Amino acid sequence: MPTVIIDGHELEIRSDERLNAIQAAKRLGIEIPHYCWHPGLSVVGSCRMCLVEAGTRDPKTGIIAMLPKLVPACNTQVRDGMVIVTQSEKVRQARAMVEEDLLLRHPIDCPICDKAGECLLQDYHFRYGQKERRADLRPFTSRRRDLGDDITLFVDRCILCSRCVRFTREISGTSELLIAHRGTDQEIDVVAGFPLANKLSGNVVDLCPVGALGDKRFLYRQRVWFLNSHPGICTRCATGCSTWIDETQDTIYRIRPRENPEVNRWWICNDGRYDYPHVHSEERLLQPVRRDGQTRVPVDWAGLPREIDARFRRAGRLAAVLSPFLTVEEAYLLATYVRQIDPEARLVLGPVPKTGRDERFAGGFVVSAEKCPNRRGVEAILAHFTGRVAAWEDLLAELAAGAIGGAWVSGGYRDPWVDEATAERFAGLEVLVVQDLFPSPLADRATYTLPAAAFAERDGTYVNRDDHLQSQRWAIRPPAGVRPEGGLLWELLGRQGLYDARAVLREAAAQVSYFAAVGSGPVPETGFNLKVRLLAATLPAPEDAPAA
Amino acid sequence: MRADDNNIRWIEAPGLGLTGRSYLPLLVEGLTTTFKHLVGPKKTVQYPEEPHEMAHPEIYRGVHRLNRDEKGRVKCVACFLCATACPAHCIDIVAAESPWPDREKYPRSFTIDELRCIFCGMCEEACPVDAIELTSLYDLSGKSREEMIFDKEKLLSIYDQTKDREPMQTARPHEERPGAH
Repeated sequence: MPTVIIDGHELEIRSDERLNAIQAAKRLGIEIPHYCWHPGLSVVGSCRMCLVEAGTRDPKTGIIAMLPKLVPACNTQVRDGMVIVTQSEKVRQARAMVEEDLLLRHPIDCPICDKAGECLLQDYHFRYGQKERRADLRPFTSRRRDLGDDITLFVDRCILCSRCVRFTREISGTSELLIAHRGTDQEIDVVAGFPLANKLSGNVVDLCPVGALGDKRFLYRQRVWFLNSHPGICTRCATGCSTWIDETQDTIYRIRPRENPEVNRWWICNDGRYDYPHVHSEERLLQPVRRDGQTRVPVDWAGLPREIDARFRRAGRLAAVLSPFLTVEEAYLLATYVRQIDPEARLVLGPVPKTGRDERFAGGFVVSAEKCPNRRGVEAILAHFTGRVAAWEDLLAELAAGAIGGAWVSGGYRDPWVDEATAERFAGLEVLVVQDLFPSPLADRATYTLPAAAFAERDGTYVNRDDHLQSQRWAIRPPAGVRPEGGLLWELLGRQGLYDARAVLREAAAQVSYFAAVGSGPVPETGFNLKVRLLAATLPAPEDAPAA
Repeated sequence: MRADDNNIRWIEAPGLGLTGRSYLPLLVEGLTTTFKHLVGPKKTVQYPEEPHEMAHPEIYRGVHRLNRDEKGRVKCVACFLCATACPAHCIDIVAAESPWPDREKYPRSFTIDELRCIFCGMCEEACPVDAIELTSLYDLSGKSREEMIFDKEKLLSIYDQTKDREPMQTARPHEERPGAH
């Protein structure tokens, strides 16, 4: 096995691994500072912050020969016998000089810079910079110009690492950004007439190691040290990207990508990034409403589950619409609940919103045309309970035949999803419960309209279009008057204590073969692929390779 | 240290003499102080009829004020550092893009809950542009809790009231301040 020596520690790597010195050092917990290098982008080695000493050890004699000059760690593939030194005086001086150079013309307006607190220039200055500033170039300028509708550039804060330029060339494939002019006049710009307007443009803000690129929807709104980051899952499309939900005091301020090599790598699209305003929308349903004859009266949650339960038991043939926005646990509980009252209850999949075609980008990122997070998970639940996946249209046909007495419709759609004519078909029902985020013609006709929880307020699991399963915990508390679906169904089923999504998932895994791979252990942060794990479990354990 | 430690030397208090036992010298000493104050200049202030003269108003930590810059605009650049430093979490700022070309960010709203404030002065310590200062106004009162939540206008008006008596404490040139360009 190849062995690398970094700062005197030996690191063994697999022979098929290609690691640069930054990645190898990270495995040992050693930080090599860097600006321009990013694991998802090509290597340019332009910032010179990652300079280290490198050499080789002769395997026979054990003599170490070091290179006379410093090498960039980002562009140095580690190989057997390589020696890397990151803590010498020479390296320390090189880092301090890079830091000093970058700060020569930097406006140092940290108090009003949105990046302050998560800025690499700040962090590295404190860790590797010089104590005193020798140059006296003043006054600083601070120019700002918009690169597109969502992104703004603070020209003088830029350190020209070119991460954003490489991103638009390699990942989004749109090449809007470039570095204009030469020497000290160099700055990031767009090609005239082609603003930064691709669907992945928000990622350049996360990529920017300093405060040069700003997200206009987040700009000036909150300081980053007030934000708490919660691991979340994007529910905007069937790709199911891993995200960080940044909130403070139950208000979401931004959504950032969370690294997940199997799903979204380091990126998310702007649809998912700007998916949070609906959570705080004024129009959201915030209180249960009961229809008494022709009038609709707001009611309290107290006693409501028991009341709904009693009316369902008298309603005759039941039906439940499992929305593809439900988590696996909620879909499982809803199906269990309805089937417990009426073993022949109809279970159908809610309408699956689709727009256009999948959007593919040069770097392999796909924005799915299917605009819901959990069609596959809900389908698996339906298949388990009914043996087939009945569609929304099947239920409409049955309603027309007058075969249904009571129905539970789960929603969670951000956009209008049901029209007047369709909603009118539900008018003749004995009991209609609609749990949704926003008012709709169907919610108006419901016997009970229940407010639903938004994606960041739920505990639960989603399965994306490639059978990749991920679990999340709630990031913010729902507004007063909203009870997340999981907890409500938990109570309707007469279960004791607080809603425990993990227990429900384990239960579903024991019952539904599709989820068998979940087992009884915890779901890892980045999730896992159900099919891959199931396949791995069925394969015989690899026998020990015979000694060569 | 224990009572029987070798380093402790126990001594007896000297006994009182005849004069001491009569208490007369001490009585005279005490009455001298009393009479001195009877005839000397009076120091008692008839508060609230008479205002209290403060020896060093510039270091007193009373009600906050928001300073104005030379153009009369709010000096604050909405960096949230005062809110970050505040141990009582009594400062609430809503920042926005500034309407002025020479400034990036300004506070659209700036409120201090004076009831929650503990007057520690951390906010003025943290401020990078010397926009928030504590004045020597100490007689803070109000008829309701809402009245004691001071907004931007109120804090600026305190500056207008106190600027002549207590000038802004630091006057660094404008160019050197963060957020100014």
